[in-house]
Amino acid sequence: MAQVPNLIPALPEIFLAVAAMALLMLGVFRGDGSTRLVSWLSVAALVVAGGLVLAVGGPREVTLSGLFVMDRFGVFMKLLVLLGSALTLILSMTYVEREQMSRVEYPVLIVLSTTGMLMMVSANDLISLYVGLETQSLAAYVIAAFRRDSARSSEAGLKYFVLGALSSGMLLYGSSLVYGFAGSTGFDRLAAVLAAGSVSTGLLVGLVFVAAGVAFKLSAVPFHMWTPDVYEGSPTSVTAFFAVAPKVAAVALFVRLLIEPFGSLVEQWRQIVWFMSVGSMLLGSFAAIGQSNIKRLMAYSSIGHVGYALVGLAAGSELGVRGVMFYLAIYIFMNIGAFAVILCMRQNGRAVEGIQDLSGLSKSHPMLALAMAIFMFSMAGIPPNAGFFAKLFVFQAAIEAQLYVLAVIGVLSSVVGAYYYLRIVKVMYFDDAVEPLDRAIPAESRVLVAATALFTLLFFFVPAPLLEGAANAASSLFAG
Amino acid sequence: MIVQGLAFYMFAAILVASAVMVISARNPVHSVLFLILSFFNAAGLFILIGAEFVAMILVIVYVGAVAVLFLFVVMMLDIDFRALRSGLLRYLPIGGTVGLILLVELAVVLGAWAVAPEATTGVAAPLPPPEITNTRAIGQLIYTQYVYLFQASGLILFIAMIGAIVLTLREREGVRRQNITRQVSRRREEVVAVRKVPTRGGV
Amino acid sequence: MTNLLVVEYLPILIFLAISVAISAIMVGASFLVAKQNPDPEKVSAFECGFEAFDDARRKFDVRFYLVSILFIIFDLEVAFLFPWAVSLGDIGMFGFWSMVVFLGILTVGFIYEWKKGALEWE
Repeated sequence: MAQVPNLIPALPEIFLAVAAMALLMLGVFRGDGSTRLVSWLSVAALVVAGGLVLAVGGPREVTLSGLFVMDRFGVFMKLLVLLGSALTLILSMTYVEREQMSRVEYPVLIVLSTTGMLMMVSANDLISLYVGLETQSLAAYVIAAFRRDSARSSEAGLKYFVLGALSSGMLLYGSSLVYGFAGSTGFDRLAAVLAAGSVSTGLLVGLVFVAAGVAFKLSAVPFHMWTPDVYEGSPTSVTAFFAVAPKVAAVALFVRLLIEPFGSLVEQWRQIVWFMSVGSMLLGSFAAIGQSNIKRLMAYSSIGHVGYALVGLAAGSELGVRGVMFYLAIYIFMNIGAFAVILCMRQNGRAVEGIQDLSGLSKSHPMLALAMAIFMFSMAGIPPNAGFFAKLFVFQAAIEAQLYVLAVIGVLSSVVGAYYYLRIVKVMYFDDAVEPLDRAIPAESRVLVAATALFTLLFFFVPAPLLEGAANAASSLFAG
Repeated sequence: MIVQGLAFYMFAAILVASAVMVISARNPVHSVLFLILSFFNAAGLFILIGAEFVAMILVIVYVGAVAVLFLFVVMMLDIDFRALRSGLLRYLPIGGTVGLILLVELAVVLGAWAVAPEATTGVAAPLPPPEITNTRAIGQLIYTQYVYLFQASGLILFIAMIGAIVLTLREREGVRRQNITRQVSRRREEVVAVRKVPTRGGV
Repeated sequence: MTNLLVVEYLPILIFLAISVAISAIMVGASFLVAKQNPDPEKVSAFECGFEAFDDARRKFDVRFYLVSILFIIFDLEVAFLFPWAVSLGDIGMFGFWSMVVFLGILTVGFIYEWKKGALEWE
């Protein structure tokens, strides 16, 4: 007779899945007119899930036959994911209405995708990792192509789907090799087997394939090719979502995968992460220079940011993981703020995406321009903005792990990156407007832009809670 | 044993031959039909190693559903496959090189085959005794021990349903649908009127 | 065990062999024995006495695709039912309810489909 497993640690996921179904039912019975209601209820569901994460989080707990783990690292990452999803959902409400793509499936798919992300963060087995990843990606493919009358959106969805399927294939191939050589897919078991010192070439090949599969989802170089096209083609609100929540979940997954089961192979995987990190940082800085579309620029910027986050992971230490988590937290705020501004870019009731369309923003919308300038300075890593501290901590971890070359390349590429971030500031403040942007800015966007800008600017007054949270969470990965 | 050996070689030979035909057939519809043939032969091979459940799933899901979907997609896309294939010779060198590299990698992996000594002790579930069919053995695991993965796959199917409808369902304007309730609830008095028509008067 | 397997599936194997033999004989015999004298009129496509109007390779409506993908989803759902039915005695109430929850998830999807009108052809 089978026992009912302990479902308490998985309550947030269960709640979100049930909520998504209930919201879908509500939406389909009330029609597309209820999209705004369903969206707000989805935000509420994400908030409740966040509360549940806090309630069930605590010391490490493994349940559901060892497939699922909940620890403080999971709590921190899940809160970031939920925050990112909820904020991007709030931002997108007015946008989807203006763009005539307001259908109830939109918020529901975002909630389902978020459920998949929570499953990814909590995966304690290669199979549950894959299932979580698929749940997240499948919903993401659909929302990338959500504006199906637009050829660009359909193209983005298709591209994302084909490359995502390819990366899932690589992930599965790698997992099967790992299973074949180590005899288990469970993370705890793998850690035990690998710590006992049996490492074969086959296992390493498997690890490389798994890393490549996850790197696709992370959009780290050399698996970044899909990112600019998908970011440019998707509806802007979807791009904002892609740039925030799935990134955090994929990084969390990567960190857990490399630190927990493959922790004893740090010397081997450090080379892979080192290469990905250097490649992403350099590509993110140099390729973004020539861009004229702001969504494409944000795509390259997000590739670069993943590179910086991976610097901390390459260190492989508790300090490094703390740096990664801290970086992601700051990244979420900067990115949501920047996308909130981008979502407000409209001329004569039409959404525009060119960087030149921002010209003269300081005259027409001084507050918006100021906030955007703060985000850009922060992304470039100029003190005293939050982005500076984020970079500081990952580089510090790299230095401590004696990865001097990595740290130097990181600093140099952030100098190059500063060029294109500052170019946006220049366009906003010193170029004359060709045609001013529309005045009407939704209230949600105003509030979010103000809140994230204040956070980014004033973070250094009270850095302690976030830093302690990250440190606390990172320590839970290294406790065992 | 001989019967089994013969059956293996028959299934394997047809499988390989039809797989080659899948990628070399001129007509994409023929490719799909060869794909179905290769699915059937793969199912035969699965039966030979004692995995009846997988064999039946292969027939039910792949032959019954996925291959049909392939046919629809091939017909829906209306791609000129001859034009697509015209680049074959041009891409052969690079494709061949990639294939060769993969083959070498595979050889390296197989050459270094060293299963961890702990591997066999760590299997999640012991092999079932031979009197339990593998359909039953699978059933004993996936609904209880692996309930998490089972429900998660349910969720994935659910998302797939929403996705298919979101991306392909279009409301058509001006379509007259049959409304069965209205049709049935019509009463004679509402629709039939008896008129006296005078002779030669017309209506 | 392997011997048992062959015995169990032997009828199917024999059936396969016979059907392959018969179809080979029929195709082969008609190829060898029949008179073959093709000319362009004989081998051209024939549509109720007319010339073929246009190419048979036409774009299919995307709705066919929707129907077949919805079919695949329910097909997979059914595939999960087989091992469940076979092992229901071993997995107890928990196994039973686990399947009910799974069916519940897909029923929600089914209601959605129905309500959206995806099952109607118009």
